[in-house]
Amino acid sequence: MNPAIAPVSSYGTVELKIPAKAEWVAVARLAVAAVASRLHFSVDEIEDIKLAIAEACTNCIQHGSENDRIEITSEVLSDEVRVSVRDRSVGHKLESVEKGAGFADGKRTEELGVFLIRALMDEVTYRVDAREGTELVMTKRVTA
Amino acid sequence: MDIKVNVRESEGDAYVVDLTGEIDVYTSPKVKDAISELIDQEHYNLVINLEKVRYIDSTGLGVLIGGLKRVREHGGSVNLVCTNPQIKKIFDITGLVKIFGIFDDEQGAMKALV
Repeated sequence: MNPAIAPVSSYGTVELKIPAKAEWVAVARLAVAAVASRLHFSVDEIEDIKLAIAEACTNCIQHGSENDRIEITSEVLSDEVRVSVRDRSVGHKLESVEKGAGFADGKRTEELGVFLIRALMDEVTYRVDAREGTELVMTKRVTA
Repeated sequence: MDIKVNVRESEGDAYVVDLTGEIDVYTSPKVKDAISELIDQEHYNLVINLEKVRYIDSTGLGVLIGGLKRVREHGGSVNLVCTNPQIKKIFDITGLVKIFGIFDDEQGAMKALV
């Protein structure tokens, strides 16, 4: 079998649903950090994952309603953690953003969050469906 | 998860905002209120001490950027005290190191204000 297309072993999946409210974001980032710590990530890499997950949840809160829920699924693979953050809202701005002086004018805070997600995680994809909502999938690989 | 905010007067017209805890989408409004109150009282030279901050996200960065923007309109400045490597990294990768003065201690941050 071509190793390039070999299936990746999953060591476990953890699902979490939180209300789309600011006070719950800390729960999401700490839970995902605990899942990621099953792998040999450095302390800095765990901090990167925490921040990326928090930014993704914050994005959901900023675009959704308070009655929504955010679904976070963390999958531990052999040398990476893959985290999906889903909600029912649409209209997230998740495309790549350029680092630039624009961050300093205070008008691009939302883009700052997306910029951080893309800078801190190794792979970022997203899917938007008018009925299903938005799913952001972020992967972080163990470097050591 | 919470943030503790302590505001104190320092040399000259400068004020120091000591922050302890985590700055995220839930806690950043409290930080914003403290900074806005100082600016509303016409204090435009601020040192924000992040030495005891364990975590900051984009909403926290947004609050600091907003404060800096407001004081600059009045010829003031915001300097930061930051020793946490992870937080320094966030300022670095976002390019915000170019707009904030970031110092290892309060004395350096205060001296650079004047």
